[in-house]
Amino acid sequence: MATTLSRDAVAGRPVDPAAPLLAVEDLHVEFRIDAGTVRAVNGLSYTLRRGETVAILGESGSGKSVSAQAVMGIIDSPPGFVTGGSVRFRGVELLDLPEAERRRVRGDRIAMIFQDALTALNPVFPVGWQIAEMFRMHRGLPRKEAREKAIELMERVKIPSARTRVGSYPHEFSGGMRQRVMIAMALSLDPEILIADEPTTALDVTVQAQIMSLLAELQQQTGMGLILITHDLGVVAEVAEEVVVMYAGREVEKGPSLPVYHQPAHPYTMGLMDSLPRRDVHTERLQPIKGSPPDLLAIPSGCPFRPRCPYTREICTREEPPLAAVTPERVSACHFWEEVSRERAGA
Amino acid sequence: MSDRDRERLFTSSPAPVVASFEELEAEPIIRREGSLYADAWRQLRRRPMFIISGILIVILAVMAIWPGLFTRADPRACDLADSLLRPSSQHWFGTDVQGCDYYARTIWGARVSITIGVLVTACATLIAVLLGSVAGYYGGIVDTLIARLTDIWFAIPTILGGIVILRSIFSTRGLLQVSLVLIVLGWPTMLRLVRSAVMATKEMDYVDAARALGVRNIRIIRRHILPNAVAPVIVYATITVGVIISAEAALSFLGVGLQLPAISWGLMISVAQNRILTAPHLLLFPGAFLSVTVFSFILMGDALRDALDPRLR
Amino acid sequence: MGRYLIRRLLQFIPVFVGATLLIFIMVWAIPGDPIAALAGDRVLPDQVRQEIRDRYNLDDPLIVQYGKYMGGVFQGDFGDDFRGRPVTDLLGQRLPITVRLALLAFGFEVVLGIIAGILAGVRRGGFVDNLVLISTLVVIAIPIFVLGFLAQLLLGVRFGWFPVSGVQRGLYSYVLPAMVLGSVSLAYIARLTRTSLIENLRADYVRTATAKGLSRRRVVGIHTFRNSMIPVVTFLAIDLGSLMGGAIITETIFNIPGLGRAVFEGVQRQEGTVVVGIVTFLVLVYMVANLLVDVLYAVLDPRIRYE
Repeated sequence: MATTLSRDAVAGRPVDPAAPLLAVEDLHVEFRIDAGTVRAVNGLSYTLRRGETVAILGESGSGKSVSAQAVMGIIDSPPGFVTGGSVRFRGVELLDLPEAERRRVRGDRIAMIFQDALTALNPVFPVGWQIAEMFRMHRGLPRKEAREKAIELMERVKIPSARTRVGSYPHEFSGGMRQRVMIAMALSLDPEILIADEPTTALDVTVQAQIMSLLAELQQQTGMGLILITHDLGVVAEVAEEVVVMYAGREVEKGPSLPVYHQPAHPYTMGLMDSLPRRDVHTERLQPIKGSPPDLLAIPSGCPFRPRCPYTREICTREEPPLAAVTPERVSACHFWEEVSRERAGA
Repeated sequence: MSDRDRERLFTSSPAPVVASFEELEAEPIIRREGSLYADAWRQLRRRPMFIISGILIVILAVMAIWPGLFTRADPRACDLADSLLRPSSQHWFGTDVQGCDYYARTIWGARVSITIGVLVTACATLIAVLLGSVAGYYGGIVDTLIARLTDIWFAIPTILGGIVILRSIFSTRGLLQVSLVLIVLGWPTMLRLVRSAVMATKEMDYVDAARALGVRNIRIIRRHILPNAVAPVIVYATITVGVIISAEAALSFLGVGLQLPAISWGLMISVAQNRILTAPHLLLFPGAFLSVTVFSFILMGDALRDALDPRLR
Repeated sequence: MGRYLIRRLLQFIPVFVGATLLIFIMVWAIPGDPIAALAGDRVLPDQVRQEIRDRYNLDDPLIVQYGKYMGGVFQGDFGDDFRGRPVTDLLGQRLPITVRLALLAFGFEVVLGIIAGILAGVRRGGFVDNLVLISTLVVIAIPIFVLGFLAQLLLGVRFGWFPVSGVQRGLYSYVLPAMVLGSVSLAYIARLTRTSLIENLRADYVRTATAKGLSRRRVVGIHTFRNSMIPVVTFLAIDLGSLMGGAIITETIFNIPGLGRAVFEGVQRQEGTVVVGIVTFLVLVYMVANLLVDVLYAVLDPRIRYE
């Protein structure tokens, strides 16, 4: 889908051709509520390159969704505030942009899809109307043309009988079809980055696979970057080149997905891998990670994973582990990453 | 009109439809221990709305039970010679047409209003809880029957219904008769509320768990469903007291409610109608007391709702 | 949509029969002498009594009585007063006036109520929000007749801005009574709009709309507005009922010769048949209006069409 707009500038500022598609650095996001300050994101950094898929993995409360919302700039403020760091889209600092400019980037250059399409779509407007809205608002297309574009898009995401269903309402579709509608809506203006926040969590397993392969196909066609936020390890392995494991608002392990999977260098990642049921290994009981995620109002001192970690030692209470380079491409935030990674050596 | 909307109408307490991303990300994962009511009480103690309305209600209740504490004059000791006097140090609120001390009459008027308000609300709530929980929990034909029945009642607007019933059926209209009519006209709304609250709670997983364990239905209703469904009922009952007091006054004003020699604010205002220009105090004092009474109950209801419904904060 | 309509109609019929039967029973079928109850203190000569018995078929079995009564209603016969004048005449005379009053009140409460609610809801906790919350609470608390008298005293007599009695000054005479009549409903509408808006502003689809790069104005004004209006529309159906009750009071206070005042006069003059006739008529109107609003509701909320 060709566009006529120049893609060499972001909100009027020239792009840096050498810069990666998205560079998040030391991002901090807080929520100030009655009970205190919730530190949702605490120094997250990652990079996304053209055509690449980065998976952000973590439990609820790890800050993965909030960080994505910070990139999009859709955090409710108050009570949420981006208190530090940088988010650079092709070299242009998004956090410095005035809201009006940020809005132009939103949806047009960076798009986002959400978990539950039933509540994420407006129930009182037809799906075609909601998709066409992108063209009407961002590109100023007249209604009829916009509608045609919407039908095209619906066909592109493989919704059958698109022409007849363009006037249907979200609740008239099945879960998988609804998610396709959301994808169509997000991709309408050919964004350079798509952020998918748990796109398949609410769907059946077979439908999950369909949606993931659709996303992969579309990514191949357009060369867009995909940020996949999920807590589903299986999905990550198949799709992502790079994985960022988040805990208590920051990355605890980051690197190419397969090596991280086979040889985790952080106790949390290892715990995640161990908690998966596996066909090839016979186990009596599943091994969940003991304890529960930290209260973000009062994150433990030192290493936040300390209370649940089987490797914990005295230094873990005192010092927050720095991001150590496991290999030139991988980092891990654990004082004892060497020990941890040796556990799975040769697996 | 769907029940969800009716419920929303009367409690402004949203039925669980959409989750809020703000809360999912912002609330701490580990919550403080404490039941909804303990939390609510802690909250309430601090809120000015609750404190103000609470004080007012206590004063009014005392006024209703022991009017003698506020006035030593006899509201029925009337001297025609003193007719229509303006407020003075002798008669704080002046006197009415018959020469009765208006202050005493106004104070004694509280008894009627509070009594009717509380009595009607209590009975209507009782009926509503009994029928509503049965309808909501068992569903099916029982539910449909009860729902249609309340629909019929709903089809008749309160004041119109009140006028017809009171006019046609009762030749003497005392406290009991008026209360009865208001109960009959008031339980449908409360029932709707109880029913939808019960239906919502019924869907909760812990009810399924109890049933799987073989707990008998009545027990489930009593111990699991009612305690959780009761929060919006408390809120609405409080507001209803205010609404009933207002309704009784309106009916008495129209001449179909309480009759003389009962002392009711609505009746006092009705008598005052023709003299508002010459003797405005006849209207203003009972009017003010009436307004403040209704106001304090509705305010209390609002305060309770804010405390008991975490999502509206 | 068609199925929804049919279901609503099917639900409507038993309610219709039930409500009219209820009124009928309350008036004619309770133990004791219904004629005496309706006539109040009036002493009726035997001949008049017999005429009334014939007129309302009081010697027939209950079901037949009801049947003839409803038959009459469908032909526009709502009974007569004690002098034999049909209630329908009264309806014809008074209805247009009440309609004017009601429409004015309705317009006033809907427009102002929704605007106030939106202003309060978009800036929750702000000055406008608190102002709206407190003022609506006060208006709801003060009984409508007290409000009416106050308005009459202050705005009518003291400041002389509005006429306080009768309908001589044409539409202008209706303004003050309409404002009083609509005041309580306005308060409810404002609160309902506010709550509904707040609830919708936290909905997931708002986040999606924002992520689409739409302006805040569009997100609130178009996306949430439609959803927020749904409960308000359903409220308007109930509201008609309270408007009717309020009209009785308002027309009495402001001396407006409408249907409401006719009910009051009927009560005062102990013309029971007139009261019952008008009330039956009003109840019918109320039920039909509710049915219409149910249909409107389905238009606004496509999810309902398949319920």
